[in-house]
Amino acid sequence: MKNFKYIAIAALGLVACEPELDNSVEDAGFYSSGDANLSKFVSVGNSLTAGYADGTLYVAGQNNSFPNILAGQFAKAGGGIFKQPLVNDNVGGLLLNGTVSDLASNRLILDESPLGIMGPAPIAGTPSTEISNRLVGAFNNMGVPSVKSYEVAESGLGALSNVNTFTAPAYYSRFASSDTSSILDDAMAQAPTFFTFWIGSNDVLLYALHGGDGVDQLGNTDTNTYGQEDITDPTVFADSYTAALQTMTSGGAKGIVCNLPSVTDIPYFTTVPYAPLDPTNPDFGPQIPTLNGIFGQLNQVYAFLGFPERSIVFSETAPSAVVIKDETLVDLSAQITAVLNANPGFPAFVQSFGLPAAASPIVANLLGTTYGQTRQTNANDMLVLPSSGVIGTVNETSVSNLMTLGLPEALAIQFSAEGITYPLEDKWVLIPMEQTLVANAQSAYNTTIKSLADADDNVAFVDMQAFLNQLNNGGISYDAGVVTSTYASGGGFSLDGVHPTARGYSLIANIMIDEINSSFNATIPKVNPAYYPTVYID
Amino acid sequence: MKKLLSFVLFFLAGSTLYAGGYRVSIQGQKQLAMGHTGVAVISSAESVFFNPASISFLDGKMNFSLGVSGIIGETRFENKTHGIAENTDNPLGTPFNAYATYKANDWLSFGLAVYTPYGSSVEWEKDWAGSHLINDISLKAIFVQPTIALKISDNLSVGGGFIYANGSVEFNKNLNRNLTDTDGNRANVTVEEKGISAYGYSLGVMIKPTEKLNLGFNYRSKIIMEVEGGDADFQNIPDDLFDPSTGAQTNLADGKFDAELPMPAEITVGLSYEFCEKFLFAFDYNFTQWSEYEALTVVFDNDAGVSVSPRNYKDAETIRFGLQYEAHKKVTVRTGIYFDESPVQDGYFAPETPRNDSVGYTAGLSYKINDKLSIDASFLYLHFEEIDNSYDHYQENGQNVSFGGTFKSSVIAPGLGLSYKL
Repeated sequence: MKNFKYIAIAALGLVACEPELDNSVEDAGFYSSGDANLSKFVSVGNSLTAGYADGTLYVAGQNNSFPNILAGQFAKAGGGIFKQPLVNDNVGGLLLNGTVSDLASNRLILDESPLGIMGPAPIAGTPSTEISNRLVGAFNNMGVPSVKSYEVAESGLGALSNVNTFTAPAYYSRFASSDTSSILDDAMAQAPTFFTFWIGSNDVLLYALHGGDGVDQLGNTDTNTYGQEDITDPTVFADSYTAALQTMTSGGAKGIVCNLPSVTDIPYFTTVPYAPLDPTNPDFGPQIPTLNGIFGQLNQVYAFLGFPERSIVFSETAPSAVVIKDETLVDLSAQITAVLNANPGFPAFVQSFGLPAAASPIVANLLGTTYGQTRQTNANDMLVLPSSGVIGTVNETSVSNLMTLGLPEALAIQFSAEGITYPLEDKWVLIPMEQTLVANAQSAYNTTIKSLADADDNVAFVDMQAFLNQLNNGGISYDAGVVTSTYASGGGFSLDGVHPTARGYSLIANIMIDEINSSFNATIPKVNPAYYPTVYID
Repeated sequence: MKKLLSFVLFFLAGSTLYAGGYRVSIQGQKQLAMGHTGVAVISSAESVFFNPASISFLDGKMNFSLGVSGIIGETRFENKTHGIAENTDNPLGTPFNAYATYKANDWLSFGLAVYTPYGSSVEWEKDWAGSHLINDISLKAIFVQPTIALKISDNLSVGGGFIYANGSVEFNKNLNRNLTDTDGNRANVTVEEKGISAYGYSLGVMIKPTEKLNLGFNYRSKIIMEVEGGDADFQNIPDDLFDPSTGAQTNLADGKFDAELPMPAEITVGLSYEFCEKFLFAFDYNFTQWSEYEALTVVFDNDAGVSVSPRNYKDAETIRFGLQYEAHKKVTVRTGIYFDESPVQDGYFAPETPRNDSVGYTAGLSYKINDKLSIDASFLYLHFEEIDNSYDHYQENGQNVSFGGTFKSSVIAPGLGLSYKL
């Protein structure tokens, strides 16, 4: 009998061995979803929803997409499983019919250059994600990189034929339910009980990313005539957005919508200074006197024609602005050529470069056409991030053009230095007029988004514009530092300068959780941004 | 017996709860069953550990004891701010002991002890929320203690032993909370060393003022396990890792490390009292000089440099009560309780030794197979209250970052042994 007693004590001990807290976070009801039902969560949006970072989609990035982070926290308050259409690797890029496609690039990482300098560079490796190899099943994350507002409801957007012709956001092809489905169809087929809907950035961003090379389609509501890099007409945006949001809420789902952060506040536009030419650079500094001598001739012409503000001068002591082509300027090509040809001293100037005096008309014409619509950048211009890899390099097209005109190669090269002797093309810079178009469109879109959210109690509103402003002005602190929008080192933006890092996405997830908690009386716990990586190092 | 037990429990109700560090107090099945008392108990070869002096008073020419326990321990961690819930998946700990005594003549006895007083096996889920502090640790130490005891009179003996300790350590943690390679695998380091040797001693005094009352004293010296040139294996480190503040390349190639871990001195005083012929009551008081453990300092030979993790342990006490009853000519039953104070202070609650104060409930019995051989069974249930605590001395980006939440541990340890008397 005594033995029995001890066996009983032993059994008691075994039962008690599993340590349990009195009030566990895993107890039902510990966290509440409040008035929201998180059991079927679907996210509709663009690259920001897909988890795009460092210039591409890759698995590690997708795992840290804000919807996936949200779903992880939702699971603590009644949320269900969350499936994402993952790519195949951590290289990024896409294959189309077995061939590496221009549709996407390898992911950017911080890498050591041959000169020992750390900088962004594409990761080594060959993409293995075949775009034509369609994933089967329903996906909670319906984020499609580069999709625009009017495309989310477009049937057949994912047909492979669209991918081949570069007319549609490629990645939807990989997980569309059929060749005739739309993104919204696929989202609604899952009968979401909760959603995030964050769309519209690409309606203006793609224009800005390409330095305003596209067209502002203000007043044109025929989207069939739009190019990828155009600005969507705000009426088109409002109609598409309203209809899409109505669809999203039609089954009684609650959800979150987000406005659009100021496109031109992202590091892609704020990193390269308007005066990036460093006189201490051995490739540039020693050339400055010669350059100023040549441009001195041109500057006299500008003054004579009444446009002294177009003068091009490089400082020997301070960083200088680059020379750009500004299509909003009056074209002075013919006048410049005429003035130079009329100048009796011009042939001697031409001869000083080792050219025959007879070449004077050709050189006059060349200077006229090259500098007829140019100026140096000022503090109001925004050089895009990729321009940093172009400024100061030799434009090979220009070199061969100049050699065709009879210039010796050395001279042709000297007159083909990007941003110095060869004006930067429109795509490398967003000039104030283009910035205004971008800001106007974005502001119109945001007005639409806010008013729709305000009108529907089932829709909570997250102010992403305020979020980016905060990153730009002092940053957002976490337990081991501050996240800012500073390129590469700030922690908020990935190496493409457009998309957040995993840490940036975790902050986005947190402000969404805050909004859900306050709008829908929920108590969903937030994540700690410290656990999310920033830029990846080779 | 019931009366006495309730008296003891009542007496203790007002006292604080007590536990400790990486000390594993399972050094004999008989004594464990009595709340791991024993400094003043004369019963078996287990005494070589509990009090070297007491082997002078053992019956028989030779005594042997052999035993092993299985420690099944688990810790729960939860953080309410972020909704984190984790459990350790600790491997079974198996502290063992082997003791022998030999009475050379009336006043001179020899003993030999092999036991495992320190150890820790904690395994959290890889890359869990506290992985920047620990993923897993395995700490083992075997003590070998040749002992000599002198009976000065029928009321007094003294004894002492030399301790040779042999230890091994394996410890893995992530370098910080977010560094990964380009595939997202967390950067981590494993430090490992086997065959670490160290030395110490144990001294004891046993006084028998009356036939029924024993008073005992034991001092076990501190032993510092020093690692020189252990292996440091760095995993998933970016090739081009650099220091963002200086731009300099950071070399985290695999290399060597130096470190030391103290096994602190322990002082024990206690008494035992026989009553009603068949009962034995024992009381031990342990004082462990844990304040020796100020920091876990690991010196790497690469750019990881010197890693200092403050521990700031405090000295800790354990109070133990045990009771033995010869229920039958073949069966002796035992029970005990102890209150183990944790040396871990608030703000230093590192998940590698998630120990707060605990109460140990013990029980066991011996069954005599014949006059010489008996089987000893023991059982320990270590009860921990749940505790809200944190480790506040981890640094990231030059600032202290707290890791904490609610912890609750639970340990059971069934054990089995053999005693043999010649």
